[in-house]
Amino acid sequence: MDGAAVEARPGEMLIAACERSGTYIPRFCYHSRMSPVGMCRMCLVEVDTGRGFGLQPSCMVPVSEGMKVSTDSEASKKAQDGVLEFLLINHPLDCPVCDKGGECPLQDQTMAYGPGETRFVEEKRHFPKPIAISETVFLDRERCILCDRCTRFADEVAGDALIHFMGRGNHTEVNTFTDEPFASYFSGNTVQICPVGALTAAPYRFKARPWDLTETLSTAWVDSLGSRVAVQASRNRVLRVLGADADAVNWGWLSDKERFGFEALNSAERLSAPMLRDAVDGDNREFRQAGWGEALEAVAGALRATSPERVAVLGGARLTNEAQYMWAKLAKGVVGTDNVDAQLGDGLDPHLVLGLPRATIEDACRPGGTVLLVGPDPKEELPTLYLRLRHAIVNDGVKLVEVTPHATGLSHLAEHSLRPSPGTTARLVAELVDAATGSGPSGDDSEIEAAARSLREAGEGVVVVLGRMSLAEPADVGDAAARELSRLPSARFLPALRRGNLMGALEAGLAPGLVPGRMQLEDVGDGASLAESWPRLPDSLGLDATSVLRAAARGDIDVLVLLGSDPLNDFVDRDLAYRGLRGAACVVAVDLFVNDSASLAAGVVLAAAGPTECDGTFTNVEGRVSIMSRKVTPPGTARADWMIAADLCERLEPGSTSGLDSPQAIRAELAQISQAHAPITEDALTQNPMEGVLLAGTGATGEAGGWRRSGRPTMGRSPVGRTEPATGPAGREDPLEELPEDGFLLITTRTMYDDGMMLRHCPSSRGLAPAATARINPADTDRIDIDVSTAVRVVSDFGHIEATLATDSGVPAGSLRVDWLAPGAPANALIAAATDVTVVSVEAR
Amino acid sequence: MGAPSATGGYLAPLPDRSAGAGYLQHAPGYVLNDGPKLITGRFVHEDSFTLERSVATGGYEGLRAALEMTPAAVHDEVRAATLLGRGGAGFPAGVKWGFLPPGKRPYYLVVNGDESEPGTYKDRLLMERDPHQLIEGCLIACYALGLQQCFLYVRGEMALAQERIAAALNDAYEAGYVGREICGSDFSVDIVMAWGAGAYIVGEETALIESLEGRRGMPRLKPPYFPAAVGLYGQPTIVNNVETLSNLPWLMVNGSEAYKGHGSESSPGTRMFAVSGHLRRPGVYEVEHGVTTFRELIYGDNFCRGIRDGNELKMFIPGGGSAPWFFEDHLDLPLEARPVGAAGSMLGSGAIVIMDDTTDAVRAAWRVVKFFARESCGKCTPCREGTTWLEQILRRILDGEGRPSDIDLLLDIGDNISPGPYPVAAHDGAEAVPFPPRQTTICPLGPSAVAPVVSTIRRFRHEYEAKITRRDPIPIEVVPVGAAR
Amino acid sequence: MTLSPANEALAAEIIGWFPRPRSALIPLLHLAQAQDGYLTDEAMRRVGELVGATPAEVKGTAGFYEMFRFEPVGTYLVNVCTNISCLLWGGEELLEHACESLDVEVGGTTDDGMFTVEEAECVAACTEAPCLQVNYRYRGRVSPADFDRLIEDLRAGRTSIAGHGVLAQVRQSIPADRLAGVVPPEQAREAPVWLARNEAGASG
Repeated sequence: MDGAAVEARPGEMLIAACERSGTYIPRFCYHSRMSPVGMCRMCLVEVDTGRGFGLQPSCMVPVSEGMKVSTDSEASKKAQDGVLEFLLINHPLDCPVCDKGGECPLQDQTMAYGPGETRFVEEKRHFPKPIAISETVFLDRERCILCDRCTRFADEVAGDALIHFMGRGNHTEVNTFTDEPFASYFSGNTVQICPVGALTAAPYRFKARPWDLTETLSTAWVDSLGSRVAVQASRNRVLRVLGADADAVNWGWLSDKERFGFEALNSAERLSAPMLRDAVDGDNREFRQAGWGEALEAVAGALRATSPERVAVLGGARLTNEAQYMWAKLAKGVVGTDNVDAQLGDGLDPHLVLGLPRATIEDACRPGGTVLLVGPDPKEELPTLYLRLRHAIVNDGVKLVEVTPHATGLSHLAEHSLRPSPGTTARLVAELVDAATGSGPSGDDSEIEAAARSLREAGEGVVVVLGRMSLAEPADVGDAAARELSRLPSARFLPALRRGNLMGALEAGLAPGLVPGRMQLEDVGDGASLAESWPRLPDSLGLDATSVLRAAARGDIDVLVLLGSDPLNDFVDRDLAYRGLRGAACVVAVDLFVNDSASLAAGVVLAAAGPTECDGTFTNVEGRVSIMSRKVTPPGTARADWMIAADLCERLEPGSTSGLDSPQAIRAELAQISQAHAPITEDALTQNPMEGVLLAGTGATGEAGGWRRSGRPTMGRSPVGRTEPATGPAGREDPLEELPEDGFLLITTRTMYDDGMMLRHCPSSRGLAPAATARINPADTDRIDIDVSTAVRVVSDFGHIEATLATDSGVPAGSLRVDWLAPGAPANALIAAATDVTVVSVEAR
Repeated sequence: MGAPSATGGYLAPLPDRSAGAGYLQHAPGYVLNDGPKLITGRFVHEDSFTLERSVATGGYEGLRAALEMTPAAVHDEVRAATLLGRGGAGFPAGVKWGFLPPGKRPYYLVVNGDESEPGTYKDRLLMERDPHQLIEGCLIACYALGLQQCFLYVRGEMALAQERIAAALNDAYEAGYVGREICGSDFSVDIVMAWGAGAYIVGEETALIESLEGRRGMPRLKPPYFPAAVGLYGQPTIVNNVETLSNLPWLMVNGSEAYKGHGSESSPGTRMFAVSGHLRRPGVYEVEHGVTTFRELIYGDNFCRGIRDGNELKMFIPGGGSAPWFFEDHLDLPLEARPVGAAGSMLGSGAIVIMDDTTDAVRAAWRVVKFFARESCGKCTPCREGTTWLEQILRRILDGEGRPSDIDLLLDIGDNISPGPYPVAAHDGAEAVPFPPRQTTICPLGPSAVAPVVSTIRRFRHEYEAKITRRDPIPIEVVPVGAAR
Repeated sequence: MTLSPANEALAAEIIGWFPRPRSALIPLLHLAQAQDGYLTDEAMRRVGELVGATPAEVKGTAGFYEMFRFEPVGTYLVNVCTNISCLLWGGEELLEHACESLDVEVGGTTDDGMFTVEEAECVAACTEAPCLQVNYRYRGRVSPADFDRLIEDLRAGRTSIAGHGVLAQVRQSIPADRLAGVVPPEQAREAPVWLARNEAGASG
């Protein structure tokens, strides 16, 4: 290259090889995460492969041995200048009012190399100025240079080819179909990769100039995948979140929820100070603002006045690892209660999550591998994992077998899709595993057998993406399925956990029976370092979320802490959540907003700092620990969650948190008492801030898991072992056979957009939650005498919601699917925690 | 011939031109002259497109001859005949066929019937007048190469050709010439007609493949997308022109030796040339390849019989709208790819457009540039923006709004689309720059738009200058920042 | 409108001839345009469903090709060629005459919805310049007087050209028992049987 010898990887494109060796070739259409198209011609350089120099697009020419490249020859420069001029002739000169100004590759190129004046005296191409191509994305076709990045992204990466080139030649434009907006969960990525200001997103339009922004690397908080992000702020306000290109995680992509979710943090409704009220009913039910001392003393007083087993903490996934540890210490080590659960009856058995051999995203996407999805739709719940899996299936020959209650965003790419009807999941999984391991009937041509064949043929072992499927199925169904799946030879697991830093919460011991470091409470010995830093330990095993709420409903809980949780909307049984909240003597909410549960029952509300407002770390579903960075200060006097816990500890047990005055100090104590956390050193975190630290015992390090089929732990003195299945998977009859004539088995799963608290406060996403819809299989329309598209009431023994009836061939016959938290139609109103299978009927209204 | 029938295709019979002897009423444009007729032999029959006429006049005999041979022997015969591709590039078909990589099956045959190069029409006549000959050619190619599926892509605007091919395919399927177990043998192939919808660029083979995959017909970069390596559905694909394949039946019946008995040694056989413009007898002629000269074709009694009204030749396009232009000095070049290329142009698609001395060179150049600007697919920046810019400047000059700097600007824009010396005929003592042009684009469409500009500016710069009104740029007063006013 | 039952059947047949359904996109769009005279949104949606493309992909693909229309055009689409060969014989003047005599701009449609006049690129009838197409049927060496007569004939119904959208009036149709068989490429990896003749020929 330019006379110097440069080494390149086999098959590497010239443009990438040159960049690695320090020569940046200008480009507009090339993007390292998408297939090259060679459209913009900006990256033309002179290449000689033995037949003399000729101009070649460096984004489409793979490097070959002995190739000579001249990136700065007269011919290369002339060609690049020519392209730049061509791009500029029809490009408007509205840089001063363009959001991209200051960070615009076209502007930068022009400033650096462009001609001083124009030779173009003709009229420029005109289009009506920006058109909204979706709720959040605006398109200015005059600025567009037709690089095909957004359209390629929509088609290749997201699989939502809803924007496309229209017209031809000089009249080509990007657009949507008539009245069919670019309603993609990933639309914001197109704004980020647009090399000019053609695509802009509503939350950032005209908000700031790039040179006024400061930026910090952090981790997305809205789901458990932990996509890496750059948080950008100006004047103490977060204005933009961009995807950061972490090889191991999100490749620079984000879902719109991750990207635009920061809007909620800027909401005027954010809690800026603690609030108290004397009663939750009657005349005194209005909250009043309080000082921190008063509020914390109120909580401490309530805690002092009761006994540990009458205290419970629900939630914690919103918190950083450090805050989670402090809350675990407060609850278990200071108060002494084990009634702590970060999940809300909607997740997996924490012992399983921590114990199963874990896979990384990279493992799941390894070319030629096989992925078994037993869980929710990744497109809805783990959107960047969806993008990675989709890429792996489409481009790298990864095979997907899915066992899901209804069709997912990946179904059309799956080799096999099995649809267990509600209540039969575990049995179906058992049959599948039997067939795959040869321990069951085989040789028939059933779908199960075909899917099992794929699993048998999986070379290096199957990666199971395991999660809780329909929330209308009881938790132990998923757990039983998981136990069956662990019989697959060398299977590894990527848990599809719900909600932000849930993995961190489980690792920190925010679950009944656990203490930090994947340790069982009952196994903590006297000599353990935990025992030294914690004043005490719970006397007995605690309750999970369901049992906590039941106990609270009975009046057996005096202090119920909602640690960023909203049981009324998130717990599987709305009625039980209501009774539990009302039954607890004192409900304390630690949150960013007054959510519905707090509004119903909280006496004390503690204003917490948001994810861009405090430092700390995040643990994703792989066990990858990455930093979360404070970029702005919290509103008012809102405090970081760890500070709140530390303060309460000190009030209850002076000296219990001495020295724990920063996230770093908390990390150090955690690493000291937990072998699992030991690798999280400050050095390790700063060494590779993009990829983070992958905790030992997870797949990528080769030594798979702290859990063995023998049940022998390999990590820690006494980490989590295998727990036996509560009920045999085949124990349950097929509920379809007992279905009443007009009855349906309820399926409910989460969607990306819903009526959740954070989304309610995101102006650009608020309207995106789909209206309540009851979906049934087209074959079932004969069973009810109601027309499709009419308003109906979905009724169970426990409650009802209102929705519009629709057909969906992705819903198995006999089932009815509603979204988990559609506005005004919470599906948990239909479900009782004690019931295995929820039967509903549909009535016209 | 009264009112055209629904399937007649022509709206009225053509009036005979004064020098019209040789025109066939039922094959408008085709001129039956003296000389060997390898591929248009059946045109004299009004019903040449029917299976009955085809079979009665030796149709499918070439296929039967091929079926008697091994596939490899058929391929050898084509290779031995040095049958050159007739689409424009002139690459030997037998060699092209040999590029199919072993073991990467399936292979596909795609027939390029998307003829739309300005000035060109011979494939249309071959499709309309003798579809069975084309089908037979496809079958021979598929047999030789072991292809089980062939797509016959016909230009969208050619309704009659589509009709005739559809009818011929239906009859051929029915009669056992196409489909399962052809002529009772173990050879089976499906031929499916696909059609375009109005996009010149789809005539480019990789764009045609894109179109056949149901996408926008935008060319792919070669490499890696050489169709013979990575073509339709990513599989090795042979893309052959209609005329090329139409040669195969005659070749299989008469053999490669007989084939080489026509034309020149390096360019055997015959070629069809559409000769249009200011001529006394414009028409489509089947001409012996490589031996006839432009002069003969334009002035010869057996061909076009000279320029209309006794006018002088001003310039001519020797190979379709994409070719740099020729002049009087090039009349004695043979109709053969190599010498034409060396002289600075190309024989291309067999389209020769004659312009007499009444022609406005700037206007003629503008019209061809306008075509390319309209047909640019929009993929590559230099072509998408550059062709339109060229067209806008030329139109401005024609409108009397030209500026003195425009001529250099035109040439520099041309240089940014097609860098370096542009192919051009020798003139004023300067040597010819041989074909092809270099390009900053994926396909040659952009550079093609430069051809008329460079050709005419080199030869007729004075015509440009005469049109450009002397207008100096408006001076702009530059006031330094902070200067007192 | 969406596709008629007859066209649905035709569409299914056409899709069956291609190794990948998407290849049938342009043929199916022609089918839709023949049905309605232009491409309706409903038809594009339906065609997309049939070949596995989003409506945006269908429209974006269709819009690349000039023959596809998203708005109704006249019953007769008159394409006057003005490209180089026709230019030399008065193509531009013919186009001008056509617009004047029909009282429309280039691209416009007469008030009665009968005629749309467009400027066409080379339609491959260059020796018959100036030439035009009416619904893609040729007319060569057209004088202004010829043009006016042609319009009169069309108005009077003295010709039998089908309305805009209809191209070939004979469709390809392959009897099921004659079809050699169309499969996706990944199911056609084997060399066809007749190639065995090469070995037989070589050894014998």
